[in-house]
Amino acid sequence: MKKSIQNIAFKSLIILLLGIGLIYSCDDDIAQRNEEFPQLNPKNTDVEAGTWKTYLLTAPDQFSIDAPVATNSAAYTREINEIKSFQVDITKEQKRIIEYWSAGSVLRWNEILRTLVARHNRPPYQNEDGTYPAPSAANPFAYPQFPFSNPPYAARAYAYVSAAQYDALVAAWHFKKLYNRAAPYTVDPSLQVLIPKSTLPSYPSEDAVVTGVTVELLKLLFPTEIAYVNEKAEEEKLYRIISGANVRSDVDAGIILGRKVAAKFITRASTDGAGAAIGTPAIWAAFETETAAKGEIPWKSLEVPARPPMLPLFGKVKSFLMTEADVVANRPPAPPSTKSEAFAKELAEIKSFSQDKSREHLEIVSFWADGVDTYTPPGHWNAIASETFVQQSYSEVRWARNLALLNVAMMDAAISCWDAKYVYFNPRPCQMDPSIKTTIGVPNFPAYVSGHSTFSAAASTVLSHFVPAKKTEYEAMALEASNSRMYGAIHYRSDCEKGLTLGKKVAGFAVARATTDGAE
Amino acid sequence: MNAQTDIDALMMKKNDFCFGAVYQYSSWDKYWEGTFKRENLNLGTVSSQGPAFMGDYGILDKLNFLLTVPYIETKATAGTMKGQKGIQDLTFTLKYMPIKKNIGNVQYSLIVLGSYSTPGSDYAADYLPLSLGLESNTGTLRLMGDVQYNHFFATLSGAYVKRGNITIDRNSYLDNEIHYTNEVDMPDLINVNFRFGYRSSKLIAEAIIDNSVTQSGGFDITKNNMPFPSNTMNAFKLGVNGKYTVIKQPELAIVGGYNVVTEGRNVGEATSFYGGIFYLINFNKKNN
Repeated sequence: MKKSIQNIAFKSLIILLLGIGLIYSCDDDIAQRNEEFPQLNPKNTDVEAGTWKTYLLTAPDQFSIDAPVATNSAAYTREINEIKSFQVDITKEQKRIIEYWSAGSVLRWNEILRTLVARHNRPPYQNEDGTYPAPSAANPFAYPQFPFSNPPYAARAYAYVSAAQYDALVAAWHFKKLYNRAAPYTVDPSLQVLIPKSTLPSYPSEDAVVTGVTVELLKLLFPTEIAYVNEKAEEEKLYRIISGANVRSDVDAGIILGRKVAAKFITRASTDGAGAAIGTPAIWAAFETETAAKGEIPWKSLEVPARPPMLPLFGKVKSFLMTEADVVANRPPAPPSTKSEAFAKELAEIKSFSQDKSREHLEIVSFWADGVDTYTPPGHWNAIASETFVQQSYSEVRWARNLALLNVAMMDAAISCWDAKYVYFNPRPCQMDPSIKTTIGVPNFPAYVSGHSTFSAAASTVLSHFVPAKKTEYEAMALEASNSRMYGAIHYRSDCEKGLTLGKKVAGFAVARATTDGAE
Repeated sequence: MNAQTDIDALMMKKNDFCFGAVYQYSSWDKYWEGTFKRENLNLGTVSSQGPAFMGDYGILDKLNFLLTVPYIETKATAGTMKGQKGIQDLTFTLKYMPIKKNIGNVQYSLIVLGSYSTPGSDYAADYLPLSLGLESNTGTLRLMGDVQYNHFFATLSGAYVKRGNITIDRNSYLDNEIHYTNEVDMPDLINVNFRFGYRSSKLIAEAIIDNSVTQSGGFDITKNNMPFPSNTMNAFKLGVNGKYTVIKQPELAIVGGYNVVTEGRNVGEATSFYGGIFYLINFNKKNN
């Protein structure tokens, strides 16, 4: 009896141990692509970037910074001593910070911005009475928090941050050359350096310039995230000093310069028309009556309760590269009339996509969805661009320049696309045929032209200019992103095709600038 | 939706094979977004339904092997989102009873269950709330104690469900930070199940209290946001089950049940019911 109980207990124990072993053998560790980026070690320092063409700065020295103290001064030696004192005992957390930030300042801030966009890309929940509250920049913490970073808002945010970083870095490169203060490791060869050494003068610190300008812009664009943003900024400043890349005065001067440049962009942002893009109930109603007056079926919200259309006046936002006349001149021709045979044919095509059971289509839809709670299609293209740029080993200023051109082009894509959407105000496929079911939420704005298509063609055109070897790949991606909207049954073919055409045209402005900004 | 047989204290005798099918229907029109209970007029009523096929074989009197194959179709009555259909997760279970003892009129038994589940089709998990399932390969270890006095019984069990990472169709996603990968770390789950009632060879009638709690790593759906496979998904359920044996030799039984989620987090306030039929054959007797 005793023996059999022992036997039973023994067998049970073995089963338990096997079970527990099985459970813990599964490995949950997940490698993330952006954790594997190497330390930035530019192939070319772009030493002449102080002469590149800026967006808002009237000249690279429009804002001045003080001349630095000499490297043979006692004050400078004390700064070197600060680095050494940090290096006596570098903590694990400090090593993590160095590893993270040394991949590049423009890159990491672009990633942080993508996170902020994704966190705030959430449509407000309705009021009791079926209306919707709108976020308020004046009261950003009240629900719904400011902003709702939907695709147009996000496109503009990426553009402002990138363009401001670029202008600030052009200024920084100007002052680096002007003051020509050597890096601390050049002054004191005994100093440990934890990142690749640069031959560039180190005053002002390029990382600090980027931090200075970015923090100020993010305070404007994502006011509820200031604490999070400041924490990142402090990390980065510390990284530059502990790693031996900069002395504190390099960093302080960079922050000051960055902040001054930010002010110009903040002033522009307050008058670019984005604040009024949400429209008013009277404006929303006017779109409907004007479209009906033309004999067309006006778009209506398919949400319950009906939600006002997304940023209907975004087409009027002031572009960095296009004039209002340029936007009108590039406007796509009218979509097929809802009463036409061509339209019926397009609708039937989307109906058949909605009925297919293709797993591959569903995968493509999901891959490019970039909807609520994501960094939006412009963010997706920033991620794509970043993964390419990492391989190119650009200098910080070239990183900023290329991201600025990309994002300014995508902001123009948003402006031009939203212009078309509200000029034509046409219905989505499932408004016309409620039997059409979608594999993605129906965006709450008119169909023509597709935002995804416009953004993607603009991005692929600009990126192909920078990395011609990847042109075919980028174009295939843009086409797939565009097609995904048909597979998901939320767009007609003409929305997608004309969207791609529009995106390509709009990107022409950025590409033209790229060839004349002094960087090529 | 889960099969009932891998969570009760009944064992097949050696060489007995029981198989059958149930039809399950589950629906909700309210859900918990984190702790906030709401409806969503753009979903209406969300339902999942379909047949599940089950088999249970007695390798030994004390060791059974169970298999479940569910087919599911999901649907939302409002909004534009398309429902999905297909085979959900296959579950393989080994059920071992190391202890069965009678002390006076009371019978005590201890059962250990080990289960493995894996998707039976290439469905998309990142399509909540209309996805067929969560796509994770899971390993479950359940310990179960059962007490029977005359025809009355009570069964208490607890399980740890280890969930493997899943791969989604996009290559980045947000929880609080953006993760640049298509792999998602799925939080584990602890389930406690208590059932009691009447049990005879002819009739089983029981009431059930069931509680599932997601372990660390899960997160809430934020306000008016979309759900995500690695959300915390807690559910407290109450239910009843019955099994009636219509013919004894060979055994033919009908089963049915009903349960409701009364408290939850990031799950629907679901009402579910099922009904089915089971047939039991003994290979020994056939051979004799």
